[in-house]
Amino acid sequence: MRFTEEHEWLLVDGDLVVVGITEHAATQLGDVVFVELPELETAAAKGDEVVVIESVKAASDILAPLDGEIVEVNDALVDNPSLVNDDPTGEAWFFKMKVDDLSAVDAYMTEDEYKDFIGE
Amino acid sequence: MTTGLLELPLNGLHAELGGKFVPFAGYSMPVQYAAGVMAEHLWTREKAGLFDVSHMGQVRLPLDQASALERIAPIEVAGLAEGRQRYGFLTNEAGGLVDDFMIARYADCFVIVINAARRAEDLALFEKHLTGFEVITDRALLALQGPLAESALARLLTDVATLRFMDVRRLTWQGSELWLSRSGYTGEDGFEISVPVAVCDAFARALLAMDEVAPIGLGARDSLRMEAGLPLYGNDLSETISPVEAGLSWGISKSRRPDGAKAGGYLGAEVIASHLAGEAARKRIGLVPEGRAPMRGGVPLFLSETSQTQIGEITSGGFSPSLGHPIAMALVQSDTDADAPIWGELRGKRHPMRQVDLPFFKTSYKR
Repeated sequence: MRFTEEHEWLLVDGDLVVVGITEHAATQLGDVVFVELPELETAAAKGDEVVVIESVKAASDILAPLDGEIVEVNDALVDNPSLVNDDPTGEAWFFKMKVDDLSAVDAYMTEDEYKDFIGE
Repeated sequence: MTTGLLELPLNGLHAELGGKFVPFAGYSMPVQYAAGVMAEHLWTREKAGLFDVSHMGQVRLPLDQASALERIAPIEVAGLAEGRQRYGFLTNEAGGLVDDFMIARYADCFVIVINAARRAEDLALFEKHLTGFEVITDRALLALQGPLAESALARLLTDVATLRFMDVRRLTWQGSELWLSRSGYTGEDGFEISVPVAVCDAFARALLAMDEVAPIGLGARDSLRMEAGLPLYGNDLSETISPVEAGLSWGISKSRRPDGAKAGGYLGAEVIASHLAGEAARKRIGLVPEGRAPMRGGVPLFLSETSQTQIGEITSGGFSPSLGHPIAMALVQSDTDADAPIWGELRGKRHPMRQVDLPFFKTSYKR
């Protein structure tokens, strides 16, 4: 698993990249009450806002971590947004991307680097 | 921390309880504790929640200032009975709201509770119109809210059950004088308790030691007051919104209305009289979004999915933990048909909402 400075996690699964938010991010957000997922087969450029998450406190976005195409989304989050708080690094993945260059994932932080980043 | 923020007298206790702090009205305040906003909200609706609202201003006013206060507030002050509290607001010359407040009458003085974020504006108005008022700096203000608030508080203070909604009384706890009012800002039965700073930590801990009492942060305070349909200054109330537009006509005392014994005589009285007569341009309404996306303050409103004419905007909104769906309050043109669907524009898309009566969640004041 790799981590972005926007507190997303990335997991390579075959030729796809699975994206979610970290436990740290979920805790900071508070109770998640709404998730808006991207359309399937959306082309996304790195930095595009592809998911909207609303907690009881505020709205925030998930940015596409890489250039690619959204090929799968986790519809379970729409019906049950609190999954994001319950299991952020497991069941509550947000989307899977087919990316142009899988090796670009390695540019992101390792778990140890991320822990340093958030001061744990 | 060198944030320039003021700390609440109970700051250490909040930190100990796992409070997550945010800046609010110049204070560093707990927005939630470990349980989180949703759990804290539901706890307050089921049991008893303890809120620290010490950021709010407490002002002592001599009894002889009643008619002076009536010159800046369209409420009956002189006729307020000892042991009672009343809701009121300060107005400006344009009929807008400077602040809303609670005023309690004790045997020897009035005590006014004002919004922290409006302290400077309120005190400027007081300086101009009142004499002998005093900002109280040696008292914290706590609120205990929820269906179990009475029984919990009764274990520390006998007699609290005899207070009815909006009654106030001074009671002694371990030698210290507490000022209680049976009121709050959650829609629940409960109390606001002014406690000397010297004993507020011990008093709060005595309450928190009870199984049914939990600390509740600002986040849940906001969702609770929204469900109860209560406006918040800075969101739903402002200097350019009249009390009539804000849905607060009920707060204008009978004696101060155009046909009352002490009609007018306060700042903005003519504008407010015209609004009472039906000339208000806007009105505050309740909205329930049809979808699950929370619609928050600032969302522009329209009468259709395509209309280019904005009819108003959301002033407060969010997710309602008790109802399990989003709710919002809005200020819209007063001629908006009460049955008309309303569309809010969020992230470039229009979402339908239906109008509903306020409050969203039935209040349970002990009248």
